[in-house]
Amino acid sequence: MISAPDVVAFTKEEEYEEEPYNEPALPEEYSVPLFPFASQGANPWSKLSGAKFSRDFILISEFSEQVGPQPLLTIPNDTKVFGTFDLNYFSLRIMSVDYQASFVGHPPGSAYPKLNFVEDSKVVLGDSKEGAFAYVHHLTLYDLEARGFVRPFCMAYISADQHKIMQQFQELSAEFSKASECLKTGNRKAFAGELEKKLKDLDYTRTVLHTETEIQKKANDKGFYSSQAIEKANELASVEKSIIEHQDLLKQIRSYPHRKSKGSALCSAETQHAQDQADQVATTSNPDESADADLYTRRPAYTPKLIKAKSTKCFDKKLKTLEELCDTEYFTQTLAQLSHIEHMFRGDLCYLLTSQIDRALLKQQHITNFLFEDFVEVDDRMVEKQESAPPKPSPGRPPSRSLDECPIPQVFVSVGSYKSSVESVPIKMEQELGDEEYKEVEVTELSSFDPQENLDCLDMDMKGSISSGESIEVLGTEKSTSVLSKSDSQASLTVPLSPQVVRSKAVSHRTISEDSIEVLSTCPSEALIPDDFKASYPSAINEEESSYADDSEGAIHFQASISPPELGEAEEGSLENTLSQTDSSCCIGKESDSLRVPLSTPAHTHSDPDGVVSSPPQRYRQKDQGFHVDFAGENASPSRDNSSEGFPAFELDPSRLLASRDVSKTSLDNYSDTTSNMSSIASTSSDRTPSSAHPTGPSSERHKKRAGQNALKFIRQYPFAHPAIYSLLSGRTLVVLGEDEAIVRKLVTALSIFVPNHSRHAKPVKHWVSSPLHITDFQKWKLIGLQRVTSPAGAGTLHTLSRYSRYTSILDLDSKTLRCPLYRGALVPRLADHRTHIKRGSTYYLHVQSVLTQLCSKAFLYTFCHHLHLPAHDRETEELLASRRASFLKLNLGLVNEDMKVVQYLAELLKLHYVQEPPGTGHPTLRPPGT
Amino acid sequence: ARRTIVKEVWGPVALPSGVTNPKSRLVPGSPHPPGPKFLLLQGHLELGSGLRRSNSWTCCPCISQKSPLQTIGEEQTQNPYTELLVLKAHHDIVRFLVQLDEYRFASAGDDGIVVVWNAQTGEKLLELNGHTQKITAIITFPSLEVCEEKTQLILTASADRTVIVWDCDTGRQVQKVSCFQSTVKCLIVLQRLDIWLSGGNDLCVWNRKLDLLCKTSHLSDTGISALIEIPKNCVVAAVGKELIIFRLVTPTGESLEWDILEIKRLLDHQDNILSLVNVNDLSFVTGSHVGEMIIWNILDWTVQARECNFWDPSPQLDTQQEIKLCQKPNDISIHHFTWDEENVFAAVGRGLYVYNLQMKRVIACQKTAHDSSVLHIAKLPNRQLISCSEDGSVRIWELREKQQLAAEPVPTGFFNMWGFGRVNKQASQPVKKQQENATPCSLELIGDLIGHSSSVEMFLYFEDHGVVTCSADHLIILWKNGERESGLRSLKLFQKLEENGDLHLAV
Repeated sequence: MISAPDVVAFTKEEEYEEEPYNEPALPEEYSVPLFPFASQGANPWSKLSGAKFSRDFILISEFSEQVGPQPLLTIPNDTKVFGTFDLNYFSLRIMSVDYQASFVGHPPGSAYPKLNFVEDSKVVLGDSKEGAFAYVHHLTLYDLEARGFVRPFCMAYISADQHKIMQQFQELSAEFSKASECLKTGNRKAFAGELEKKLKDLDYTRTVLHTETEIQKKANDKGFYSSQAIEKANELASVEKSIIEHQDLLKQIRSYPHRKSKGSALCSAETQHAQDQADQVATTSNPDESADADLYTRRPAYTPKLIKAKSTKCFDKKLKTLEELCDTEYFTQTLAQLSHIEHMFRGDLCYLLTSQIDRALLKQQHITNFLFEDFVEVDDRMVEKQESAPPKPSPGRPPSRSLDECPIPQVFVSVGSYKSSVESVPIKMEQELGDEEYKEVEVTELSSFDPQENLDCLDMDMKGSISSGESIEVLGTEKSTSVLSKSDSQASLTVPLSPQVVRSKAVSHRTISEDSIEVLSTCPSEALIPDDFKASYPSAINEEESSYADDSEGAIHFQASISPPELGEAEEGSLENTLSQTDSSCCIGKESDSLRVPLSTPAHTHSDPDGVVSSPPQRYRQKDQGFHVDFAGENASPSRDNSSEGFPAFELDPSRLLASRDVSKTSLDNYSDTTSNMSSIASTSSDRTPSSAHPTGPSSERHKKRAGQNALKFIRQYPFAHPAIYSLLSGRTLVVLGEDEAIVRKLVTALSIFVPNHSRHAKPVKHWVSSPLHITDFQKWKLIGLQRVTSPAGAGTLHTLSRYSRYTSILDLDSKTLRCPLYRGALVPRLADHRTHIKRGSTYYLHVQSVLTQLCSKAFLYTFCHHLHLPAHDRETEELLASRRASFLKLNLGLVNEDMKVVQYLAELLKLHYVQEPPGTGHPTLRPPGT
Repeated sequence: ARRTIVKEVWGPVALPSGVTNPKSRLVPGSPHPPGPKFLLLQGHLELGSGLRRSNSWTCCPCISQKSPLQTIGEEQTQNPYTELLVLKAHHDIVRFLVQLDEYRFASAGDDGIVVVWNAQTGEKLLELNGHTQKITAIITFPSLEVCEEKTQLILTASADRTVIVWDCDTGRQVQKVSCFQSTVKCLIVLQRLDIWLSGGNDLCVWNRKLDLLCKTSHLSDTGISALIEIPKNCVVAAVGKELIIFRLVTPTGESLEWDILEIKRLLDHQDNILSLVNVNDLSFVTGSHVGEMIIWNILDWTVQARECNFWDPSPQLDTQQEIKLCQKPNDISIHHFTWDEENVFAAVGRGLYVYNLQMKRVIACQKTAHDSSVLHIAKLPNRQLISCSEDGSVRIWELREKQQLAAEPVPTGFFNMWGFGRVNKQASQPVKKQQENATPCSLELIGDLIGHSSSVEMFLYFEDHGVVTCSADHLIILWKNGERESGLRSLKLFQKLEENGDLHLAV
């Protein structure tokens, strides 16, 4: 591979003028890099080489003038992270590659020492022996006591994945520059303070020496100078010189061009102040005055010390620590930034890139993305991007065009540029760094093949012992690679599903009564559940009655019920536990299949000139098509309405790709399914694969996953899931009525992924209400969890419910009934197929996001087609327009029956959102049915 | 002339039995109305318990043996109001709505504040604070018809015995009169003379500058409950059971003084007059607490027609006893009238009646249009009628010619008021026949606007913006035509696109 020292220097010659990191060519923006060893059938998530550390970390080292290169601190500050990795050795390595010529001292033409404000150098370094690759960011800090006034430091991002470092170089560079800038600003402040003190000392010394000399002069009238006097005079002279030198240094440090500390008001204010001070120092010709001024006005607390003439450089003097070198405030800021970096670049490269692509795509859909995306996330990203935006073309978006420049969409957006994209799973920061436990042992145990034992273990898991509390990292051990070879053959299991698809349609027909608006079915009675449903998901039914203790029994039942045609499915169910990583290799390509918008809109093929996505990525394409997420605009057939067609059985859990993370056990118990008797084996078993214990960002990712899981359970358990989801999508408030708060909250959380937002700032979901509902509640919230009160007071609650029944669908959790409008569309079955083979919550969440994004794009087209809403000429009547709209929805968008209402509702939301300049100011309107 | 809305009797008058005290009506938050309001039956608690109801799912009145309320399902295809906006600004019962121009209206109520709204967007434009007690009357001046050039004023009377004149463009308090001896309960503007009248325990005449021109002596402690203008500079005031006709003496060549003279007292009503409305150039109509409706000649103040048997519309009433049991006065008190060229529409108790002026008889009725007293009705174009009620509902009706097809039975629930206590008998054919003969038209329910949780006091109809309702639950709801709104939003969207230069029309 790469031999040491493999060094790439990115240092620039220029001083300050331009940003050093926009020069190298951008990585292909929209391509997910291939795993380089995919062709060899290797597991991409195994470790490439025997790196001795468990995950990426940041190392700060110093080239100490006393002891040489030494590691100072690591982020996260946990010995478990870097394990047996030799930090000392690696410090030596990274400190030895500093390319910058930071010369400080007396340059030939100058009388005084000159501070050199050098640009940081950024270097990528690999050490194949250690299995470590690093992005190394060198910087120098000033220290009056140090040799040449400089202390060389470096910050290194160390990872086992070379590609991650290379591909994320620009992001790393940008983020580390921020940290470095912060550190250096603090350092300059501290250095200036130090110089001031030193000047005062010197001045005081000079005064003392001066007086002494005068005394000696007076005492000695003989006309000649004693050697003592001469010595004093020399000393005085050297002090004078030193004063001038230090004043010059102070001036230099204060005149540091502050171009770099962009955006920081604090910094600029400080600059101004420093500049003023520098001016003041410069203009004061008389050092005495300035010293006096310094003494009495600025730092009255500081008492100057007498400086010994010969200040001996001694090696045993203690050098300043990094914190002392830098203003404490800035130091903490820097540490915060570094841990931010650590969070930001956690996880697999694939994952990082995918989320970057996601973000970029999501931003393109800024007209529609408020509908279903997590708005907090979007906002955060926006802010984040804007902060870092001005000079930096991030790979997430085109270099020439920033979001602000073109906030308004093209009316006719090409199909290609308006592809659906799945919701990105962002890397969120976790605040607590400690308390990390890695249960690597269990991974290997779980990867072994005893199914019963496995299930037992998993049952314990479900009862909350292991559950998702700890993060169990999947490491590339030998064992896992041996699993791999077996699982390779399972890739083909994803295909044979079509007969079931047909049957599932029949099922959904059975549960919906045609003659009534009321779709009604009772869940617990097995008679209602069709046979084929029962056969494939017996446990989903059994667990309804059984307590947790029966779960293993259910699992046996589950395994016993394998009938030949469903072998693949069952196998996949059981293998799901053991396969932790391998499945993913076969699924991305498939998934990308279903990402294509089943949309044929020949009328709108104007290409968006600024469209970014329209140019498909090229970089890795030629290598392996299967791994490539294809965003090119191909029209899939609109008739594809079953998710199981497009989705493979094995799902890629993005959170698994993340490197090990810690999780707090306590949080979010209402999302946890461990206490619920509603959990089904089918989904929980998948849930309990080692990777599922992976934590996610603070809450959002975990939240999504839980929500996805519970939504999946809901879909599997309730035959009326479709009309319920239709109610949410069409803007009819769904009231979830139940006695048990935890269950209601859980279901509300699960269903909230189907609720379109009204704006970026308000999610119309109320998890739990116990008071009677008001009309304003229905206007505000589209999904409400309502307490069923059995007391007479509860009658009022029910009274209002029935009174406002025109605006609501009511899902009664206790009696398992739903009252809602009839739904006969094709959209929701695709969105929520109870026979779906998606097993993981997060995967299902992504599936939902992808279908909803397709839906959004339809709504977008519908909303922004001029001729559908406004007459082309005066003679056109409203009726004609209405029929044109209807035919567009039906023929061009391929919508049937109630699906039209969904798109129409989303279109109204889009209109409102677009028209209202600051979103969220207007009232959301309550829309009863019948529109 | 603009009609004055009087619905309630205030003051120290003992409320007739059955009239609910306005304050004792629903309090927001307590969803269960007192009195004969909704109650869920057991079957309805079981949400979808297996009963396949047809496409309607409604509340039932708790007195189920009484004539059932006509209901309509959720799919109200003829109901154009498919969007609603809830406007919140008031802290107490909102009693009055008044239209200012094509897009603005003002609301006022027991919290003493007046709020000016944009009817299109639901935006709150102004809040007028000045009264310390509840507002008892509100009127615009100059009234709607000729408001082009001058700044429009709002007059509000309050229980704090003041009248305030507001500039409704700026929200400024133009002037305040506080020399009243009693609460002003009604206001009327005589546009022609550019004066306005306030009716409390006496009747005062004011000019635009708020100079008191003249006043009557103390009329009664009850006070004037309604005032209308009739020709020949006369006004009619409803005082208790009496109608008093006053004539205004305008300044002429010889005398510069204004004066107001009592001309006549009409004593034909048996009980308190609750409603008094101009019908057309020829007549005005009054309605009393015991269900007497009298149509008066507007010129000579004689009785043109009288309809007192709203509780007894069918000629052969065999179950006299039962009817007496259930006909409490409140059930037949006439709260409000509206009219068109041919008909007078009366809100009688819980029902709606259409009285034809030519035929001088009731041509259509809906005995239980609402679960509780109907408080306000208005005529829409297309033979439609809106009514609102104490039960919190607002309903849209359409007047249709009844098809005289004997073979087609009239849907039950229409005219089955005679089946008290024996629901099964109501479908007996002879009774129905006679009903059909008695009323050639029918009122069909085409929409049910459910939103308020308490008594709906009043509503306003805007041709372009829909219906505004105000209620004792402190809310105002703006009901909008969903299709029209959708079109408007599209229009706005493309306008904005065009403004931003992003509209590229395909060639």
